Amino acid sequence: MEFFDRFAIPHPSPMIYASMVAIGLVLIAIVIGLTYFKKWGYLWREWLTTVDHKRIGMMYIISALLMLFRGGADAVMMRLQTAVPDNTFLDAQHYNEVFTTHGVVMIIFMAMAFIIGMMNFVVPLQIGARDVAFPRLNAISFWLYFAGAMLFNISFVIGGSPDAGWTNYFPLAGTEFSETVGVNYYMWALQISGIGTLMTGINFIVTILKMRAPGMTLMKMPMFTWSALITNVIIVFAFPVLTIALLMGTLDRQFGTHFFASTNGGMDMLWANLFWVWGHPEVYILILPAFGIYSEVIATFSQRNLYGYKSMVGSMVLISFMSFLVWVHHFFTMGHGPLVNGIFSITTMAIAVPTGIKIFNWLLTMWKGKIRFTVPMLYSIGFIPLFTIGGVTGVMLAMASADYQYHNTMFLVAHFHNVIIPGVVFAMLAGLTYWWPKMFGFMLNERIGKWGFWFLSIGFCLAFFPMYITGLDGQARRMYTYSEETGFGPLNMLSFFGAGLMAIAFILIVYNVYYSFRHSPRNVGQDPWNARSLEWATPNPVPHYNFAVTPVVNSSEAFWDSKKNGHQLFKNKTEKIHMPNNSGLPIILAGLFFVFGFSFVFGIWPGVIIAALGIFGCMAYRTFEKDNGHYIPVEEIEETEKKLGGAK
Amino acid sequence: MKLKLAFITFAILLMTILTGCEPLLVLDPKGPQAETTANVIWLSILIMAIIVIVVITLLIIMLYKYRASKQSEDYEPPHIKGNPIVETIIVAIPVLIVIFLSIVSVKSTYEVETVPEGYEDNEPLIIYAASSNWKWHFSYPEQDIETLNYVFIPTHRPVEFRLYSYGPITSFWIPQLAGQKYAMADMVTKINLVAETPGDYVGRNANFSGEGFAENTFNTTALSNEEFNKWVEEIHSTADPLTEEQFDKLLEPGHLGQMTFTGTHLEFAPAPEGEHAGHHHGDSDEGHSDHEDSEEESHSDHEDHSSH
Repeated sequence: MEFFDRFAIPHPSPMIYASMVAIGLVLIAIVIGLTYFKKWGYLWREWLTTVDHKRIGMMYIISALLMLFRGGADAVMMRLQTAVPDNTFLDAQHYNEVFTTHGVVMIIFMAMAFIIGMMNFVVPLQIGARDVAFPRLNAISFWLYFAGAMLFNISFVIGGSPDAGWTNYFPLAGTEFSETVGVNYYMWALQISGIGTLMTGINFIVTILKMRAPGMTLMKMPMFTWSALITNVIIVFAFPVLTIALLMGTLDRQFGTHFFASTNGGMDMLWANLFWVWGHPEVYILILPAFGIYSEVIATFSQRNLYGYKSMVGSMVLISFMSFLVWVHHFFTMGHGPLVNGIFSITTMAIAVPTGIKIFNWLLTMWKGKIRFTVPMLYSIGFIPLFTIGGVTGVMLAMASADYQYHNTMFLVAHFHNVIIPGVVFAMLAGLTYWWPKMFGFMLNERIGKWGFWFLSIGFCLAFFPMYITGLDGQARRMYTYSEETGFGPLNMLSFFGAGLMAIAFILIVYNVYYSFRHSPRNVGQDPWNARSLEWATPNPVPHYNFAVTPVVNSSEAFWDSKKNGHQLFKNKTEKIHMPNNSGLPIILAGLFFVFGFSFVFGIWPGVIIAALGIFGCMAYRTFEKDNGHYIPVEEIEETEKKLGGAK
Repeated sequence: MKLKLAFITFAILLMTILTGCEPLLVLDPKGPQAETTANVIWLSILIMAIIVIVVITLLIIMLYKYRASKQSEDYEPPHIKGNPIVETIIVAIPVLIVIFLSIVSVKSTYEVETVPEGYEDNEPLIIYAASSNWKWHFSYPEQDIETLNYVFIPTHRPVEFRLYSYGPITSFWIPQLAGQKYAMADMVTKINLVAETPGDYVGRNANFSGEGFAENTFNTTALSNEEFNKWVEEIHSTADPLTEEQFDKLLEPGHLGQMTFTGTHLEFAPAPEGEHAGHHHGDSDEGHSDHEDSEEESHSDHEDHSSH
């Protein structure tokens, strides 16, 4: 029994027990359902072992949506707890765990997965490729992310969740002040999924640089592909820092080193620096693909080319470079004097310039356009003013002297939600709605989609704008409660109400999927939005080889040119296509990583050793495996194309 | 369109609440440092509001003029690559704004980091503020007294808080007097402030530090110099001395009310500065153990910070 004691939750509550039961029931239901409908084989062959970038993208997006609901539940609990003064719905320890997991889940397992999912689905299609450069590595990336996400999500029912904030500052996150295994989970869940992300970064850089269709020079790439390229370059530079910081944190917690301790030559500030050297570029990893999506959507629904293509690319390159020069603004208050603070204050504000260029370019893309108010466009239109507000409050925060007053307050919380929600979440919803027919062959209902948009936007404003005010009134972030005489009550109640509207919006969005699945017509054609870039030259849904014939490109809007200016996309005749084989190795490898991480969290060394041997075994197997892929014969391609009514 | 209306209404609402009946703590300064930051905040809000209004206006114009329902069926939007003049403007104006704000930011940062203007000649009152889970210990080496979870300061005299922590990183913050600064276990950081109006001001740890974080607050009372001296005398005649044993007990995690002692813990548990600092990468500070020598102190502190 002693062995199992370590798995007990240090801080139990009826809610956690209820969650345990719910998780158990859902798992049983899934197993029974799959067995009853005899879907195990289908699931294994078509999804779990797939190396198809589109399916991997969809699995990323589905996981991201699941994580959105997990993180969203955390958010609603926080807003409920702080809705009235001296509330006792959650106690301090629970609240601390909830805001920690909210942050980690939303950034690492929701937003990252969402953007990587989008890149997976869209980028190869936009550049006229059949898959990514390393399809199996891509599957490993996904399954490592998934293993990390699952490892993190079981923490609250086995052993306890991390409770030191998503920033996880030492010494608070050290064993002295955080005794449970929670922070170990943080270290390993982020480590495992972070390795997956780093692989994605390399994979997509190679894909975009080496696999573009003939004629597509770098300056003829669609803007989303450009944003993906730059994002992945940032990933490759930023994530190794996280990897090392997490490793050092693990050593501190589990092997008694003193990297981040305040004694024996360790330095707590080192964690803060390493974390934000990764963490600030991470913000741009999230926002740049979002900018890419807005560029596609705004151009499509203004029925005009993107204004200032070159300055769009230039500003993104500039942003990616500068994103590594601003990390100190996350701790202006650490006491490094006015000179250092002044320099980082200026670099931070300077980022507003390239970002501003992008905002004006989008506005000028609408100029002389023919604007259609579809759901993706509504999100893009809502994004512009809301993101501008978030951006300018960022400039306010960048002023070091004033930041001494904003730092650690609800003002800051309002600011970063004000950039991440209208920036990233709106973009993901816009992109999902926009590319939905490409993924599934039917459209999402516009009416329900618009309702969702309005609930989300108004809910967002009500939830987060009051925080700017309570922040200036001295409400620190991460306080599980406050007294009545502080006067924070009414505005926090308003925030809770806004959070409720946002929750309704997400329910509407899910309902829309169900409704449209049941009722939407299936004959949407290959180009339902009258769009401009190459992915719309494929049939809906896209066959797994993407393009029957590799397209030839002459501009950044090759598909538009083929429709309007008589450009011929498909000049060659159909030939047999070489495609990679499915493989069960990635999911097995990720399963071993999960066991490795889980054992490490609890210090069960035999488990760690066995899993590590298994991981190396998988790698050895892969090294000696002879897998040369397979060819799809011409007849099969022609038959598929005829059925889907694709490539003319 | 509804969207835009909603935003404008909201912006107006925001301004009304911001400027409304009860002033917000940060925007209701009671000393020169907080006043500097409040002015910077107002200035930036104003400039930012202009930017937001310009962007929203442009957006409304675009949406109104170029919406599809207003145009003829066969209108084909033109292909426009870009215009060097327009692009120069959209770069130049933000650059000018950023340059202006940079100057304001750097200048005001230097201002709030030093002794406020007009008080340079006054000798600052030095108070050590140390945080422990989840309390604040204030030591007055000059007056030889120590308080817990409350601090009295004289008005119109510069006060130098020297911050450090017994435990996680905390952030010392009295919103109406000055912005915050971290307190860490292995070094001393400083806040310079002056209170110009007598009164009670809320102070707190603003940086998350674990379970008792929400209640990790203290009360600041600013009173005239005579009253402050009277208060010090009173403590010397009424309070008990602080012993090492007692101080160790105070450090245990938990919440305590306000307490007062004579003597300071600095005598037996010196602050992590000078030779006691956590990070000594050189031996340049060796031999300077005089704690009361503020010039020497600030010198060694400065070195400490710049070496990281």
